[in-house]
Amino acid sequence: MSRAAEETNRRLLRARDLMDRSYAEPLDLATLARVALVSESHFIRTFRDAFGETPHRYLQRRRVERAAWLLRSTDRSVTDICLDVGFTSLGTFCRVFRDIIGETPTQHRRRGPLGPVPSCFARAWMRPIG
Amino acid sequence: MMKRLNISGIYVLDQDQALDFYVGKLGLEVDSDVDLGFMRWLTVRVPGDPDHKILLERPGPPSMNEETAEQVRAMVSKGAAGGHLFFAVDDAHATYAELQSRGVELTEEPTDQAYGIDFGLRDPFGNHVRIAQLKED
Repeated sequence: MSRAAEETNRRLLRARDLMDRSYAEPLDLATLARVALVSESHFIRTFRDAFGETPHRYLQRRRVERAAWLLRSTDRSVTDICLDVGFTSLGTFCRVFRDIIGETPTQHRRRGPLGPVPSCFARAWMRPIG
Repeated sequence: MMKRLNISGIYVLDQDQALDFYVGKLGLEVDSDVDLGFMRWLTVRVPGDPDHKILLERPGPPSMNEETAEQVRAMVSKGAAGGHLFFAVDDAHATYAELQSRGVELTEEPTDQAYGIDFGLRDPFGNHVRIAQLKED
């Protein structure tokens, strides 16, 4: 691995950090690719090489993770949470949530509150895989 | 038995750049910066907290072979090297604003947590730093 590859990783990490921070906003590929200083098509490929999934999937899992956290930590309605984390359609949100988590938002809420841990670790460790 | 944590270490990809960041931007101070010939022993500490030093180590031969060093550098640059640092401050919002004005790469805004208010940032290499204003016990 050359210094150039490390710098590419670092820029991709910057784009990933942006997804972790601004998941509630309508992030598009152009914005993320600009942060990573690569073309859009190159961005998808290099991101997947570095982190093992496409940027789209990464963002989707981040949004679902944040939604799962809000469901278990607040009393906000499922619809409000869907919009809070950046989904624009309740139907899409519920389908993606169930695909990734394996249960509906309402079922997930019944699991109850999470323990106290720095939020960055909660985010890193609770972002669903698979 | 153990008395206290004395030194803990993280990997950095360039020690001069690490000094610029940890001393110049975050406001830590140099504890020791010694050319031992075989390595540059570089530690920093929080001003007023001399008992805990942070070793800023450059991964490379001969402590590890070049292939391993490449893997370590790749992990650091992906934010996956595990070099977390947690600092405590009196005022998270003021510190955030100050670091923002110094051009630090902030990754999360000050957020209310059960244990206080904290925010996140990255060093130039990809290491994760967390700064918290902890609740009084």
